Amino acid sequence: MSEPVTALGGATFEGAVTITERPAQGMITIRADLSSAKIVKALTDVAGVAMPAMRGAVTSADTGLLWMSPDEAMLLCPYAESTETVAALNTALTGEHALIVDVSDARAVFRLEGSACREVLAKVTPADLREQSLPVGELRRTRMAQVAAALRFLDNTTVELICFRSVASYMFKLLSTAAAPSAQVDYRF
Amino acid sequence: MSTRLATGGRLIDRSQTQNFSFNGKRMEGHAGDTLASALLANGQTLVGRSFKYHRPRGIVASGVEEPNALVGLGKGHSFEPNQRATTTELFDGLTAESQNHWPSLEADIGVVNSALSRFLPAGFYYKTFMYPRPFWKHVYEPFIRQSAGLGKAPKSTARDPDTYEHFYVHSDVLVIGGGIAGLLAAKKAGSEGKDVLLLEQTAHWGGRTPVDGGEIAGQDAGVAIDSLIAELEAMPNVQMRTRCMGAGVYDHGYVLAYERLTDHVPKSDGPRHRLWRIRTGEVITATGALERPLSFSGNDLPGVMLASAVRDYVVNYAVSPGARTVVVTNNDDAYRTAIALVEAGEKVPAVLDARKDVNGALPEKARAMGIRVLTNTGIAKVKGLRSVVSVDICDQDGSGDVRTGIPCEVVAMSGGWSPVVHLWSHCGGKLTWDDAQACFRPNPERAPTGDTGLGFVSVVGAANGNLTLDACVADVGGKAMSPAEKPLEPVWIMPAKAKGKHRRKAWLDYQNDVKASDVALAAREGFESVEHAKRYTTLGMATDQGKLSNINGLALLSDALGQPIPQTGTTTFRPPYTPISMGAIAGEARGELFQPIRETPMHAWHDANRADWEPVGHWRRPYAYVRKGESVEKAVRREVNNTRENLGLLDASTLGKLIVKGPDAGKFLDMMYTNMMSTLKVGRCRYGLMCSENGFLSDDGVVARIDDDTWLCHTTSGGADRIHAHMEEWLQTEWWDWKVWVVNATEQYGQIAVVGPNARKVLEKLGGMDVSKEALPFMAWADGHLTGIPVRAYRISFSGELSYEIAVPANRALELWDALHKAGEAFGAMPYGTECLHIMRAEKGFIMIGDETDGTVIPQDLGLHWAISKKKDDFLGKRAQQRIDMVREDRWQLVGLETLDGSVLPDGAYAVTDGTNANGQRNMIGRVTSTYYSPTLDRGIAMGLVEHGPSRMGEVITFMRDDGVTEIKTRMVDPVFYDKEGAKQDV
Repeated sequence: MSEPVTALGGATFEGAVTITERPAQGMITIRADLSSAKIVKALTDVAGVAMPAMRGAVTSADTGLLWMSPDEAMLLCPYAESTETVAALNTALTGEHALIVDVSDARAVFRLEGSACREVLAKVTPADLREQSLPVGELRRTRMAQVAAALRFLDNTTVELICFRSVASYMFKLLSTAAAPSAQVDYRF
Repeated sequence: MSTRLATGGRLIDRSQTQNFSFNGKRMEGHAGDTLASALLANGQTLVGRSFKYHRPRGIVASGVEEPNALVGLGKGHSFEPNQRATTTELFDGLTAESQNHWPSLEADIGVVNSALSRFLPAGFYYKTFMYPRPFWKHVYEPFIRQSAGLGKAPKSTARDPDTYEHFYVHSDVLVIGGGIAGLLAAKKAGSEGKDVLLLEQTAHWGGRTPVDGGEIAGQDAGVAIDSLIAELEAMPNVQMRTRCMGAGVYDHGYVLAYERLTDHVPKSDGPRHRLWRIRTGEVITATGALERPLSFSGNDLPGVMLASAVRDYVVNYAVSPGARTVVVTNNDDAYRTAIALVEAGEKVPAVLDARKDVNGALPEKARAMGIRVLTNTGIAKVKGLRSVVSVDICDQDGSGDVRTGIPCEVVAMSGGWSPVVHLWSHCGGKLTWDDAQACFRPNPERAPTGDTGLGFVSVVGAANGNLTLDACVADVGGKAMSPAEKPLEPVWIMPAKAKGKHRRKAWLDYQNDVKASDVALAAREGFESVEHAKRYTTLGMATDQGKLSNINGLALLSDALGQPIPQTGTTTFRPPYTPISMGAIAGEARGELFQPIRETPMHAWHDANRADWEPVGHWRRPYAYVRKGESVEKAVRREVNNTRENLGLLDASTLGKLIVKGPDAGKFLDMMYTNMMSTLKVGRCRYGLMCSENGFLSDDGVVARIDDDTWLCHTTSGGADRIHAHMEEWLQTEWWDWKVWVVNATEQYGQIAVVGPNARKVLEKLGGMDVSKEALPFMAWADGHLTGIPVRAYRISFSGELSYEIAVPANRALELWDALHKAGEAFGAMPYGTECLHIMRAEKGFIMIGDETDGTVIPQDLGLHWAISKKKDDFLGKRAQQRIDMVREDRWQLVGLETLDGSVLPDGAYAVTDGTNANGQRNMIGRVTSTYYSPTLDRGIAMGLVEHGPSRMGEVITFMRDDGVTEIKTRMVDPVFYDKEGAKQDV
């Protein structure tokens, strides 16, 4: 069997930060009432991590749960396991009103590394990127210039950013432009 | 003549020479000069011609308020008109040219306008050029456009080589203005632990204080400012930017600021301008004040300058604007100019003071230095042709009888100071009239209010009407000493009883050539509102937005109307404070980043295979794949013929795919679609129509039932996001208690249409699932594998041929696409584009959202009654479709169209009938909605909407070419041109 081909085949850019397209990532959208204990139990059992609070994310080595909205969560898993994980979720949620959709192929994932992450992002997103407003670990759904994105600081110099697959090329060029070495602002976040 | 002084110059570095040119003349300046100071240092006092009368004009100011010294900067792709010389920092290699002169700055033939200026008052154009009507467009306007105006626009072929960007920041406190008040306000907020951003529009901190002097907290002002800057730089929660102007204040603490990064060092890497988009809890404007000119005859001659500008040039740049300077004033502050000039060794023949009693500390100091002070004195007229030669002086309280003349090259004028209230006012801050200082100042009771109802903008320092250093510093809680100043005497015209001949040469608005007499005329002719007077006279409407002229103008208007100034009020202050570049507004959104382009998983393949691209929403889709030596038209015909005869492959990944699930999903989809979706069997597909609640056809597509609770709804390529939002809106606002979830899974799948007589053969060759007619009949779907790749195959057809649409995980879509091409070689496989798709659907009479629909078309207009359920109680649009207008019998309805000569009808052509309508246009009875050359039928085919169309089948009607003359005889026929029985798709 051939390997899955991501939108940009792992493109990288070195500038004020290093930008890398990540390998395919298992992602499963769950639409369900997250205030239901039954649903939370099903999600946490399958994911093997605790339920994140509002705007939060809880991850382990290769799985995770992201809070997307009061009635939407995203489960992270290895790409190759997404089909069986969808099945496991459907089984665990039998009888519940929930919609489970594999969106692993619908997305592109980028990683930004470097001390200028907040500054580079600030050129394209109106989100408040001050550390007190967007601490490490928090998931922020926002826009990057003209397209939607979700981003999360893994640590203070690493950002994981998710967008739609079809705009991966736009996103990569946009971030590379914002991270041009000659365009640094030297602003303290 | 203006010259460089031998010593001094706070801001220049004499060790660095910079070469520049003005109108092709080579000149030299120093690092730290502005273009204005460098021009003066080179003796260039004439810098431009005026807007309307082509009068010679010189530098008036030293900062953003400069009205005259506008130049075209740079060349070719980098050329920019209307750049202020006073805010342009000099750099080596700068090229500037003056504006609105012809043929040259020195000998301008347009100056004839000047001699005729008596006959060109305000409103002249309105009154004169009304009749005859056509003359405006063909005679007057071209002439006026040639002779009037400021800079020329860059050439249409110019492409700005620079880059620009935006930058979003959030702060607790934003301080706009880096003068003494702003520095102190930033320190105060910073020491309270707040996040502070401090902006200064120039390259230097301290504002006017280093030039005007004084003592701050016991230290010399200059020293105090340096130590304040050092303190602020050491505060981690305070950030400071120079060359960054607060441009506009908006609702909810949103502020735009304009940073000029490389204007002073062109050709350096990095963005030229950066637009700061700031959200802040609190705005403090510390924007200072601007000096007002005085209105006297000849006040626009080169050499007449603001008093503060004269001392700026002397102190900051070691430039003497001219050999002998007469100061004319109504206040104590202007004496600083006389003192600075004498201290620099320059001659000041006299200070003319409009006041009768002059005994403040500064005048006394001037007298002690031997400077002659003449009280109750004004200027009757400034004499000179292209520069000041002398002034005739008169009694200020008289009517202009000349007392004597004083030879001089410079007139330094001061009519008092106006606080810069612009940023305070942008978002609704109100003003109050300060009678003692004759200025508008912010009314602290009526600040711009934020979401809490409380003010979010405050103002400090001179911008708050605290015009002296001690008052300014005290406003921020500090202590400073400066000489006590005696009250000014408001002077709106000089002399007080000036006659017409004086007023007609007393300029208010230099940039738009508006005179004192024009304002009086406006008042006389009934333009009493300040906003009307502004538009009639154009006062304050030029690029400087009346920074110098506004207060003088409305004072004169008040005088003419016999009412107090506050009753007249001000015009509206609108952002930006000074013009900002279009590049900064666009930011990164240019070239490849102008708009996101959505790409399918096969995008690169299409590109490599000579796709002629077509935009579809934000997607790019291949219109056709054009082979070498082939025209686009031929490529399309080849693709149609091959798909009908062999095998065509289409990238249909852009189709929207919405997954709808829940116990109420069937009920929900019965509301969303005109036809019944709840009865669809699992494993089957149904074509459906969606309408808006006004009944109009909005989207269409094939719906597949996945399981008892789950449906997959295909939308049009451009419609996925819109229909997703449409569904969510109804679920969230109206049917919030229905148990339905929707997920947009459009991008999860690549989708490939495998179309043509050989479609089944190629899938069977790939192998992995049963695609026979029995296992997978028309309008069914099945999950399976093809060549090892997981797929969902839909037996649906938009072409009339045997057709499968194969959905495949996006990351493996290219792999399947390649495999289909490889396996399809033996079956004549070719990719086809959107035009081939359009022609094939038109041959089958299938409608296309956006062609047959335009937001005013209901399904019934298109003969789609079969897709509108009669059984359902309700669906979106049902009620609207029963309105009288929707059931009118003469609605234009869908028919097929065949020209009698077989030609292709022009797209959008109208069908005409006898007679004309109320507008004298030919009566129309229909229009073409889709039209193509059909390679299958070798003739033109079209669809159109025609009045009573369906009941007039077979009749010949007349369409018109857009020349309005040529008639095209066309027969109305069944819109299904090809395979009416549908046999080919169901094999």
